[in-house]
Amino acid sequence: MAEKTGLYSVKFKNLVNIKAVSSVVGTKEGEGPLKDCFDILVNDNLYGEKTWEKAEARFVKKSITEVIKKASLKDREIDYILAGDLQNQAAASCYGIKTFERPFFGLYGACSTFGESLSLGAALIDGCWGQNIVCEASSHFCAAEKQFRFPLEFGNQRPQTSTWTVTGAGAAVLSKAESPVVITGITTEKIVDLGITDANNMGAAMAPAAADIILNHFKDFGSQPEDYDKIFTGDLGSVGRELLIKLLKEKGYDISQNHLDCGMLIYDGKKQDTHAGGSGCACSAAVFSMIFKKLLESKYKKILFIPTGALMSPTSVMQGENIMGICHLLRIERRA
Amino acid sequence: MGKREILKSDKEYDRLVKEASPNSPLFKNCLRAFVSGGFIRCIGQLLMNIFSSYGIVAESRNMLVSVILIGLASFLTGLGWYSKIGKFCGAGSIVPITGFSNSVTAPAIEFKKEGFILGLGAKIFTVAGPVILYGALTSIVVGIIYYFVR
Repeated sequence: MAEKTGLYSVKFKNLVNIKAVSSVVGTKEGEGPLKDCFDILVNDNLYGEKTWEKAEARFVKKSITEVIKKASLKDREIDYILAGDLQNQAAASCYGIKTFERPFFGLYGACSTFGESLSLGAALIDGCWGQNIVCEASSHFCAAEKQFRFPLEFGNQRPQTSTWTVTGAGAAVLSKAESPVVITGITTEKIVDLGITDANNMGAAMAPAAADIILNHFKDFGSQPEDYDKIFTGDLGSVGRELLIKLLKEKGYDISQNHLDCGMLIYDGKKQDTHAGGSGCACSAAVFSMIFKKLLESKYKKILFIPTGALMSPTSVMQGENIMGICHLLRIERRA
Repeated sequence: MGKREILKSDKEYDRLVKEASPNSPLFKNCLRAFVSGGFIRCIGQLLMNIFSSYGIVAESRNMLVSVILIGLASFLTGLGWYSKIGKFCGAGSIVPITGFSNSVTAPAIEFKKEGFILGLGAKIFTVAGPVILYGALTSIVVGIIYYFVR
């Protein structure tokens, strides 16, 4: 069974294996620098559907179908599906997983949802709730714009600090069956609020939570930056990364050498005009395909994977409430 | 909460955020807005001259020009071009009447999927609504002032 360590973390005693990982992404992501790392590139953001919302549900379905196939499993061998997205009431996940007819936990952790999904999935595997668990998260640029910002065809300019919501979905199968890549621990962040109200600067809203979770993790596990080949944050973007590095430096930790941000990896900011970087649940979920591949190839031995989320609703933003940060940290290792 | 570990007051952090956040390129944006906005107005003036050469009276002329510009912007929005124009021109394409047209057409396209009544019908003025409301209100106030000052 898992062992609670420190105030925020859990160490897994049983092996929590990552059996397979999949990613399905849209047009812009398929033109980005990581295009070769994704399983399926869909060159139509409507994915043959009539609405953005249905298209996202199809991304969900495809990513789960693909990951079950990659794990050489059948639908009925999946004990639980844990999934979430950015749509109201996590609609994309619900519609997307309907046909699998498996037990379902719907999640919401904003853009950190994939981390939340993996954390809870790992706990379920460690606690022997099942043999195989699917963890999934998705987002869609057009659906997110429609819900949180302006209609798509409205001709405005985006601020330099804004990020671009990734269209796609990423999924993983966590399993009791042995695999070379395992989750050995998690750190779960509290809600951190440093008074950011600008919905066009999510990186700034999330950076303090990311800094805090890294500090908590080092404290709880007695580790330091050098212990990890890479520290991946979810979607801080260039603004959030700069803040994260600064905040941690003040605390005596320098992670500038081994820190990477999924949001800064998925697009070529200059060529693709994405400003501060990528964001959305699918940002870390899709980039995880690349991370998993490198772990399998033993290019990384031990990493931290930290999807980051900005908690708010369109209503709370309009009412002038702060945007809060949340993070879910996973310690992932390549077994010898 | 959180703050104790990372030892930042909201104010301190706000300063850090301002340092880290790049500003929009103000000069470039202003220049583009000036040129592109001027260009749209030139099109309007050109149409005006053409109509007057055909001997159309001023009142109908003004209306015709507005209708054509509104129709054109709406059409370009439907083609998905106006958002690209807007990205380049900024205020240059938002402020003229074409921007108003875009701000009505864009939600109409987006929310049509939720049906013609509660989707398109209810949401068509989500962007332009405040302009219409406060524009009308301002004109009432100005009208009252004009009535007494005249």
